[in-house]
Amino acid sequence: MIPVQWYFVLSAALFCVGLYGVLSRRNAIAILMGIELMLNAVNINLLAFWRYGNPNNPAAQAFAAFVYAVAAAEVAVGLALIVSIYRNRETVDVDEINLLKW
Amino acid sequence: MTLQQALFLLFGLIALGAAVGVVVARRVFHAALWLLLAFFGVAGLYVLLEAPFFAAAQLFVYMGAIGILIIFAIMLTRGMMRQQMPRVNDQWWLAGLLALILLGVLAWLVWQQPPVVASRLVPEDSLNWLGLALIDPEGFALPFEVASVLLVMALIGAIAIVRER
Repeated sequence: MIPVQWYFVLSAALFCVGLYGVLSRRNAIAILMGIELMLNAVNINLLAFWRYGNPNNPAAQAFAAFVYAVAAAEVAVGLALIVSIYRNRETVDVDEINLLKW
Repeated sequence: MTLQQALFLLFGLIALGAAVGVVVARRVFHAALWLLLAFFGVAGLYVLLEAPFFAAAQLFVYMGAIGILIIFAIMLTRGMMRQQMPRVNDQWWLAGLLALILLGVLAWLVWQQPPVVASRLVPEDSLNWLGLALIDPEGFALPFEVASVLLVMALIGAIAIVRER
């Protein structure tokens, strides 16, 4: 059997890779990809808790399903914003999108 | 090493290696392809966790819908992709340091605990239970409806944002 720690370490590593992507990339779409990686890491953790805790309790599975719905909504609105910004400013470089920055 | 552990290592390495590919790829389109591979690795992990519904949903929702959306967005902003620009910002080393520290702390915390293996079997009809819990007023009926409204709002919002004026 696989110890649950393996899943936790893997999802922590996936989360940290995604975090690095979010913090370091300049392309807004690449930043969204990092966020998707982080959400996936969270889902691995939730399902590992479900499997190794009490598989008769569907709460963790329900949470994972909500994470899916939120991820889909996030990527739809996020990419729409990026496309809209690209139309207006001809860039998706987050260093140049600084209208609201002081 | 059992077969399960070997498969875990295989899918884990696919997911993690592809995730590293996502954040270091020079071209954003290559990053999107690596992202699809990472989703596939995570779907394999869901199979190992005996959550077949989530493995299938991972393939459909993430690899299918979200992957296509991201690739569409890259295509729509491609004029900009042709120009070379630095792919990381000035704080990349700080971001890497932060991520490494977070990983170190999390891994250290996890390895403090004694290893836990699954003690209970997954019920045959675990998907049934999930479906019932999602429509049970005592369970997750309200969050489920809110999630539906959220998806519709996101759909309408996305259309409203990108509409030609």
